[in-house]
Amino acid sequence: MLMDIQQHARELGLGLDLFSCIQCGKCTGGCPVSMTTALNVRSLVYGALIGDIAGPVHREELWDCTCCFTCVERCPKDVRPAEVIIALRSLLVEEGKVPSTIGNALMGIFRQGNPLGYAREDRTAWMDGLEVKPAQEGCETLLFTCCSSAYDIRAQAATKALVRVLKAAGVDFGHLGTEETCCGNEVRRLGEMGLFEMLVEEGKPLLEEVGAAQMVTTSPHCMNTFRHEYKLGMDVLHYTQWLVRLLEQGRLNLTGRVEKVVTYHDPCFLGKQNGIFDEPREVLKAIPGVKFVEMDRIRERSLCCEGGGGRMWFEGTNTEGRLAFQRVQEAADTGAEILAVACPFCMAMLDDAVKVKGLSERLKVMDIAELVAMAL
Amino acid sequence: MLAKPRIGVYICHCGTNIAATVDVGAVTEFAATLPGVAVARNYTYMCSEPGQALIKEDARTLGLNRVVVAACSPRMHEPTFRSASQEGGVNPYQFEMANIREQCSWVHHDRHEATEKAQALVYAAVMKAARLEPLEEREAPVTPAALVIGGGVAGIVAALDIADAGFPVYLVEQSDHLGGRVAELNRTFPDLEPVSEWLPALVDRVQRHPNISVYLNSRVAGITGFVGNFEATVEPVGVGLAPALGRPQGSPLQVGAIVIATGYNVFDPRLKPEFGYGLYPQVVTTLELEHRLASGDLAVNGKTPKEVVFIKCVGSRDQQLGRPYCSRVCCMISAKQAQLVRQALPDSRVTVFYMDVRTFGKRGEEFYDEARRVGVRYRRGNVSEIFRRGDRVVVRVEDTLLGRTLEHEADLVVLAVGMDPRPEATDIAALLKLPRSADGFFLEAHPKLRPVDTAVDGVFLAGCCQGPKDIPDTIAQAKAAASSALIPLMRGVVPMEAATAIVDPELCAGCGMCVEICPYGAPALDPLWGVSRVNAVLCKGCGACAVTCPSKAIRLQHFTPDQILAQVEALVGW
Repeated sequence: MLMDIQQHARELGLGLDLFSCIQCGKCTGGCPVSMTTALNVRSLVYGALIGDIAGPVHREELWDCTCCFTCVERCPKDVRPAEVIIALRSLLVEEGKVPSTIGNALMGIFRQGNPLGYAREDRTAWMDGLEVKPAQEGCETLLFTCCSSAYDIRAQAATKALVRVLKAAGVDFGHLGTEETCCGNEVRRLGEMGLFEMLVEEGKPLLEEVGAAQMVTTSPHCMNTFRHEYKLGMDVLHYTQWLVRLLEQGRLNLTGRVEKVVTYHDPCFLGKQNGIFDEPREVLKAIPGVKFVEMDRIRERSLCCEGGGGRMWFEGTNTEGRLAFQRVQEAADTGAEILAVACPFCMAMLDDAVKVKGLSERLKVMDIAELVAMAL
Repeated sequence: MLAKPRIGVYICHCGTNIAATVDVGAVTEFAATLPGVAVARNYTYMCSEPGQALIKEDARTLGLNRVVVAACSPRMHEPTFRSASQEGGVNPYQFEMANIREQCSWVHHDRHEATEKAQALVYAAVMKAARLEPLEEREAPVTPAALVIGGGVAGIVAALDIADAGFPVYLVEQSDHLGGRVAELNRTFPDLEPVSEWLPALVDRVQRHPNISVYLNSRVAGITGFVGNFEATVEPVGVGLAPALGRPQGSPLQVGAIVIATGYNVFDPRLKPEFGYGLYPQVVTTLELEHRLASGDLAVNGKTPKEVVFIKCVGSRDQQLGRPYCSRVCCMISAKQAQLVRQALPDSRVTVFYMDVRTFGKRGEEFYDEARRVGVRYRRGNVSEIFRRGDRVVVRVEDTLLGRTLEHEADLVVLAVGMDPRPEATDIAALLKLPRSADGFFLEAHPKLRPVDTAVDGVFLAGCCQGPKDIPDTIAQAKAAASSALIPLMRGVVPMEAATAIVDPELCAGCGMCVEICPYGAPALDPLWGVSRVNAVLCKGCGACAVTCPSKAIRLQHFTPDQILAQVEALVGW
């Protein structure tokens, strides 16, 4: 059956506009994985437009897309090229043709509210000894921890550091505890629209019932979907944005020193997709003792870590030429001792790459919250 | 008191355009029965000589004082039938047209229904005609001088043509020299002719022309008046800059026509952060390369470039930047500069990355051929990103013909930057209430038929202020603007719209809503009486003020409530 991909995308609520495409190649030219895998988003747009792709086609490289949305940001004709991949993925999801690791992650979210498949009651294990107020008691700010921030051991350290910082600032914040459930940002980008809708239907009232004035997320991915796809009745901030405000208001005082050379990696979902480039840098520069240096590929030209779009649960078709390997080398070349991150996915990808590339002696990957906590 | 109507009604066959669908005989018979109708006829082509003669003849012999023609759109032939009526002794404003072609025969199939509709339209036109008042067409004198705003090539050429025709021209330029953007160029396409061979001579002729007063370092700060009678105030830009030439400033300039030639801005590529412009010395704009080609110094970081890349459409054809238009010159500039780089650096490899090659002008394709003949490589792909690698930069791009993404290393990258509207255009637009298109360039009155006219009579456009164009097109448009500006100057008088709005001072509350709504600046509050008055020369008869006025103090002549209601009543009552 000849499938109308444009129509299908519209039904999924995607803004994909195949007919605007002039095949200029700006999308593929900027796609971070286009040189290392067979993925060619321009060619997929063309195939979908002319009907050459006429239904669910299993091309494994479709799962290589990190949904960094560089193509969407740069397209001169507002085609939103990456969404053709999401639309094609959704057809595969409907047919159950997904890589097994992705299937497991989706199942984990459905059953336990997290892609790692850990027990829901363990979601607050990271809080041990920290005394975090339940949001259900009412709070000004709702702190939302990404599933990675809650379960991943390395990311947990950043979450704990953030809580210590917030407590030091004396702000009123709460947490949903074990009721907190995956935001579904990657679920939507994997094309599992049914599960995503379910997460929104159940999650939205839960989040809004708290009655908080704002939500602060540990991950740019959660922030992204809460901002743009949940349409919540409250402001959604990334934690670095909040830290900048607390520093400006004088509520957060950094008296310690971190005598380190630090560089910073822009997360795609924070920077490219939401234009938040300055706040993380401002926080780092406010830490006494930090010598801040920049890599060459930053801000709108930042290199993707390959952790988004479901890639946390899918190795990709090319395991040799990982972008994170390239990225940590770039960071090390600046002479930085610390590669600061502001996203639990970037943390996982880059921390791993530092180990694989044997750079552990020279370079340490740390979350911005951890560096701030060191300066309390 | 209006004379008792004696109306002549004429139904046109328009060959078969109308007659094939509408029973013109039946419409004629019907028209003859309508009140006030003295005669009703039909004819094959009413707009033909014999058709017009029918009107003139009847008007004279039957003593008609109103004429109705049922034919095509008034956009087409209203002027024709108005003058025919006038020649027959009928006031041209006591003529009314019923459109039974575009609004009837062309859009309907059923002959019976179309005929009935045509009859209804004729009925309405007759009802209105009976109530039409005679109006007088007047003329206003014209100040025989012109103002040209902008001293680039467009302004220079327009000023010279008007001055050569014998009229004084005031040429106002905000910088300290004439020549505009072209003065920044080295050689021009498609002949690689140095600008120095023709521009200085042109500037010199302007400066020595007895009819041209040049105001450098100056801007137009205010414009009042209307076609034939504008008054412009010119003031110096910046402090302590005296005009290099021309008469002392201060006294307002009186002119009959205005040519706007304010030019364009070069797109700032920092708005496309993916290219790293401003960060890397290897990345330059076409304008910067133009200067380097002129000086002969193409070295980057002290080294002669071996790999040179051109990137097209930087700041053009880009909806994300709000610049959806093609800048029309960048393909030719790239082809020109690529050839010149090949000439200057024979050992270099020159690659042009493009989305489309649009070298459409005269000798454009041949020029593109020449670029490839001298060894320029064209590769299809819109460059996505530039980053550093050692002392080179990497151009990341998909070669879409290969379907392969490349990291093309380069020593010199040239961004073919497009054209932006100038921010000062906002001020000029506000002074004259000139409309601009969505892209910010000035809007011509009609894209085909009135390409240098504006919505404001007596104000004309030349060059890139109207939209991106190359030098030949700019000069062609400047000459067109000059000759259009000469029409009122040479005639010495301008016709005034007769169907204007008039204010009843007894009813006017002086609220000023008409002043705000009018796109032409026609109404103004009388400072002494506090009531609105409409300047009949500025009024276009659009009626916006009449419907806005909360006191119903404004009456639009030729479209009075009485006339329109009679028309509506005829149609509704049908």
